[in-house]
Amino acid sequence: MIRWLPALAATLFALAIWQAVVSLTDLPRFILPGPALVAETWWQSRWLIAEHTAVTALEVLIGLACGAVLGVATALQLASSRIARVLVQPMLVFTQALPVFALAPILTLWLGYGLWSKVAMAVLIIYFPITAAFFDGLMRTPVGYLDLARTMQASPRAVLWHIRVPAALPQLASGLRLAAVYAPIGAVIGEWVGASKGLGYLMLLANGRAKTDLMFAAMLTLGVLSVLLHLAMRRATRQMAGER
Amino acid sequence: MTPAPAITVAGSASIDGGSLFAPLALTLEAAQWTCLLGGSGVGKSTVLRLIAGLETGAAFDGRIAASDAEPVVERVAYMAQDDLLLPWATVAQNVGLGARLRGEQVDRARLDDLLRRVRLGDHAAKRPAELSGGQRQRVALARTLMEDKPVVLLDEPFSALDARTRADMQELAAELLAGRTVLLVTHDPAEAARLGHSIQVMTADGLTPVTPPTAPMPRAVDDAETLLCQGALLRMLREGGQ
Repeated sequence: MIRWLPALAATLFALAIWQAVVSLTDLPRFILPGPALVAETWWQSRWLIAEHTAVTALEVLIGLACGAVLGVATALQLASSRIARVLVQPMLVFTQALPVFALAPILTLWLGYGLWSKVAMAVLIIYFPITAAFFDGLMRTPVGYLDLARTMQASPRAVLWHIRVPAALPQLASGLRLAAVYAPIGAVIGEWVGASKGLGYLMLLANGRAKTDLMFAAMLTLGVLSVLLHLAMRRATRQMAGER
Repeated sequence: MTPAPAITVAGSASIDGGSLFAPLALTLEAAQWTCLLGGSGVGKSTVLRLIAGLETGAAFDGRIAASDAEPVVERVAYMAQDDLLLPWATVAQNVGLGARLRGEQVDRARLDDLLRRVRLGDHAAKRPAELSGGQRQRVALARTLMEDKPVVLLDEPFSALDARTRADMQELAAELLAGRTVLLVTHDPAEAARLGHSIQVMTADGLTPVTPPTAPMPRAVDDAETLLCQGALLRMLREGGQ
């Protein structure tokens, strides 16, 4: 209970400032709606928001699963093969230097307006953090473990599975936790570029019709979704990270 | 386990063209403890790692051979200053690591017996983090014994322990490693004086053999002759460092 108090206090503080700005400046509601109005709109549109949240959540979860599998597989491949490192590693860094946002339109063109172009965006955004974190962990096995394994006549494969992978799990956990925060961003970018469902689509739609209160309601829902996802991922990876 | 062979190391090592140690000849007598005593940076760990077939970063020019002419590297077990216990694995899994790494069946009966002999019979299911430093090093000793190799290479395995635990560990190791060819690399004159069937002091000038005390090892910590030997060894280390 006590752990939640600071978060609750910070939220109330932010809401108070928000309300104060709205009251003092007397801005029109389509420029900046107050928290009370946003809450009211959220409640009135709860079924609409829920429907779009479900779509975005599905995209994010599939994206997370695919990104995690791809990232883990890539890191394992890179860690076990020098040739893979020479060939793939520079490419990986280069792809990260490209703005993923710029790829969204082409992904929509290739994969259509439906679920998969958004999943692909989420995967693109989280693939690198997962791969990089896990690969880093795999390459930083304490030398003493490797020496010991060598005197035990272990094959490289056995060393990978019994020593390097378990030793790298905490780093994989931090990669996954980062990915849980990034994945919703990817899905929403995909929805902005072209969609007929999802929180990103709803935000764009509300914005276009000057329904700023609905836009805020959708955006805050997305924020809550991301935080919940992050907390769930934290919990799920607790053992992996070596936390009790 | 095959009978313990004697091991000879003859040669010199250099790093980036600079000499690490001058040509030396070291013989580990069969089924005896050889203590290689020296300060930091004289290359004593390099000698041990060369015998173990581990990366040293140095170029070695010479040969390492066993008295029975069989290969050396696959007949050594290795124990370091760091206990090298895998934190995610239980005590039993750590002790059985070698077999798991080679894809062999772990001999559970032997494992349990070894844990009892290092007085950790009740701790098989615990994680290393739940153990004290001395207990962890006993697990490492059990893991070394589990390998059942005729040659055992010890790289300062007791130096991180407090004085009392260290003395206990020395006696336990002496008891359990009897009959194997042991190389103990150490910077502690007291340890060398207690445990060596033969003692070699390694300095920048090379190896100097020292006559060990006459008492059978492990010698009592307060044995007069052992203490004299310890003093003489320390004197040699200090003079050799100049």
